Amino acid sequence: MDNGFAISVRNLVKGFGGFTAVDNISFDVRRGEIFGFLGANGAGKTTAMRMLCGLSCPTSGSGTVAGYDIARQAEEIKRHIGYMSQKFSLYGDLTVSENLTLFSTVYGMSDKDIRLKSDMIFKTLEMEEMKNCLVKDIPVGWKQKLAFSAATMHAPDVVFLDEPTGGVDPVTRRKFWELIYQASSQGITIFVTTHYLDEAEYCNRISIMVDGRIKALDSPENLKKEYASGTMDEVFRIVAKDAKRGD
Amino acid sequence: MERYIYEKAIDVQSVSKQYGKIQALEDVSFSVAEGSMFGLIGPDGAGKSTLYRILTTIVAPDGGRATVAGLDIVKDYRKIRAEIGYMPDRFSLYPDLTVNENLHFFASLFGVSVKDNYDLIAPFFDQLVKFPNRRAGALSGGMKQKLALGCALIHRPKILLLDEPTTGVDAVSRSEFWDMLAVLKDKGMTILVSTSYMDEAKRCDRIALINGGRILDMDTPERLVAGMGDNLYNASARDMYPLLLALRDMHEVQDCYTFGATLHVVAGADFNPEEISVRLNRMGFDDVEIYPAKGDIEDLFIKLAGNG
Amino acid sequence: MPVFISMIKKEALHLMRDSRTMTVVLIMPLVLLLLFGFAISTEVNNVNVVAVVHRHDDASRELIEKLRANPYFTFKGIVPFCEVEPMLRKGEVDAAVILDCDKGATAYQIIVDASNPSIGQTATGYMESVINGGMVSPVSVRTLYNPRLKSAYNFVPGIMGMIFILICAMMTSVSIVSEKETGTMNLLLVSPVRPRTIILGKIVPYFILSCVILALMLAIAYSVLGLPLSSNIVNVVWVSLLYIVLALLLGLFISTIVSTQVTALLVSGVLLMLPVIMLSGMIFPIENMPSLLQYVSCVIPARWYISAMRTLMIQQLPVSYVVTEVSVLSGMALAVLFLAVKKFNIIQ
Repeated sequence: MDNGFAISVRNLVKGFGGFTAVDNISFDVRRGEIFGFLGANGAGKTTAMRMLCGLSCPTSGSGTVAGYDIARQAEEIKRHIGYMSQKFSLYGDLTVSENLTLFSTVYGMSDKDIRLKSDMIFKTLEMEEMKNCLVKDIPVGWKQKLAFSAATMHAPDVVFLDEPTGGVDPVTRRKFWELIYQASSQGITIFVTTHYLDEAEYCNRISIMVDGRIKALDSPENLKKEYASGTMDEVFRIVAKDAKRGD
Repeated sequence: MERYIYEKAIDVQSVSKQYGKIQALEDVSFSVAEGSMFGLIGPDGAGKSTLYRILTTIVAPDGGRATVAGLDIVKDYRKIRAEIGYMPDRFSLYPDLTVNENLHFFASLFGVSVKDNYDLIAPFFDQLVKFPNRRAGALSGGMKQKLALGCALIHRPKILLLDEPTTGVDAVSRSEFWDMLAVLKDKGMTILVSTSYMDEAKRCDRIALINGGRILDMDTPERLVAGMGDNLYNASARDMYPLLLALRDMHEVQDCYTFGATLHVVAGADFNPEEISVRLNRMGFDDVEIYPAKGDIEDLFIKLAGNG
Repeated sequence: MPVFISMIKKEALHLMRDSRTMTVVLIMPLVLLLLFGFAISTEVNNVNVVAVVHRHDDASRELIEKLRANPYFTFKGIVPFCEVEPMLRKGEVDAAVILDCDKGATAYQIIVDASNPSIGQTATGYMESVINGGMVSPVSVRTLYNPRLKSAYNFVPGIMGMIFILICAMMTSVSIVSEKETGTMNLLLVSPVRPRTIILGKIVPYFILSCVILALMLAIAYSVLGLPLSSNIVNVVWVSLLYIVLALLLGLFISTIVSTQVTALLVSGVLLMLPVIMLSGMIFPIENMPSLLQYVSCVIPARWYISAMRTLMIQQLPVSYVVTEVSVLSGMALAVLFLAVKKFNIIQ
């Protein structure tokens, strides 16, 4: 990561048969940056994200994540990233501490580190009393914070957040974003997708994908200036209005 | 055909529902005027879906009464079913049947023909007609949503009950969907819609903010926002997160939270923006700006839910 | 009744779209029938046998000729006594017959490898009958109903008992539960369609499918497997229909108590299929079970169905001989119907 980029992608293409899901995208994400990855349904966000996480091999083009090549060093990448999605994050039938132990064991942390790190998380999240509760019994807000902590426990270079705040109330959503700020201030790079466009404003820079291509990429202020809009919502609608694909 | 006489298309009085230990709904009352659009605004788990299950007569409430189209939800539940169109909170059509097969099947459940009622759904359905033989499971998110709405409307219901129709849908499709609802409302349909997106609240005539099974507040969106007072300020600086922490530490600040590009500061009794700016400047925030903000539904929700 | 018809049409579409399941459902009964009918059987063929003859005479020559001619045996030759045990141990032969002629009377000894008891017993039985065949036996044996002791006869009722539970109970429960999972059940329930129409609309298509399968299986059983065809087939059909209805109701009942397709599969698989295979008498005779298991087997519908089918299909006895079985099956059907309807109403 000598170039200071946590993610660096050049001319990335992914095709499925005759369909080009990701069509020649290039971008860089600085270390410690909060990068919003937006796009209409079916724009190719998920496909692009899978390639960055080392889950799928690009058809052509190249890229590095945390300094590792996405085509050749998928296993290394997986060790150096964290992933959290709204759909799946934690096992509901395990307790809070069992979940943390499980996820950190997966990343090869030592028992001692796991204990230290877990205790720290319980303290910072103020959930020491809940550590023996089943995850399915704790409120949504806690679940989310916990999932984020589980995804960052092994001190990854980059965390991928796939619509982390869907359906969550505004108060919890904000607490969650504070955790993201915190992680980013510790040098962790955040790569996040969301449908809430007000959340896009929290990002340092955002990209908007339309039909497999990145049609806009800049800081929220610059984008608003460029498209003469007051909110990111308007920007998004202007950029994405000619989208031809659904998902 | 019998004509029911009612002004309140939906009338809910002190409805409660408990699932095991969880109080899903607690003493919920509201009413929806005929031909209006009413929004239930609240996060997942607020009790919205339970309320829909009660109004669609799938479950009975533990306490309280409710009428839909002037009909009692317990006594007249069979009659209600012909009057309502219901779109549940997740895609609930047959994924292995085609667009046409789904539409015709739901029409047949109500004993109507697609042809007779097609005019109602035509404004948004014409896009789907291009692929009548595509399986519903293979449609895009926005298209699925249109098909689901079409199936809910094909028997020309008087009242449309939509549970989180825009969840997981991108901003463009969401805004299109609300445009479709506006057209239906203009045709005289009563619409009860729920959402977890606070910004959609302003598209409704009246809204109820709901959280933890209780209604926090209820009125027109404009009046709700207007009633919030003027103690709300924007604050911004280069380093937002340290600024957030610094502001929270000040005793004049009641609450401070992120709000898009700026922070929203709920001012306490002796909050003086100039004085706070000076203090922050001294702390190293040399580019801090503080100016009055106009609150919206989301601020109101944070205020109400935070206190509760 | 257009709603009902459109429900059935919809269900038929589901079935046709799911071509893999459909293939399995139609092919499996046939494969099972043919497999059990031809390939797998409890008959013992090709018993390798050697003879030890101390002195050749007419009697020994005659016996060896008979062994050679018998289709169940493969005669491996005459060997000295000391080689018998090594050959048995190596598995080269399954049995040996030792002839000792002494003063005109021939004494026989049969040595048999009983490591597989059923082969051992059967081989012994065959051998005895071959040896006795030449003489006047004190016992005269007549095998009724299945004179050639064909095991296919025995398996046909068993396989039918299993297939109908599989198709009716499992598929019905899975298809109802899948509507719960996709949420479409809620849409059906909030429509003006009555719950009983919904239930019938789910059950009738599977009933029709089961009838097709019943016809297929009977056709195979009577033509290819050669079960004796008689007017009793009418009784076979209506008792089978009764059993099919019971299985459908079981599937309906399961669908009211579980909420995911996986649990529906597990419950119908473990709770219905295993007992059918193990305890219904399809493979292991009920009479040989410990008395506790015999009692348990009484609650398994397939036990009664298989027993009735044996009486009707193989013994060809009139329907008055299966009154117990039919009344037990009917009673069970009523009980399950009662439970299912009760549970279904609670859900609402």
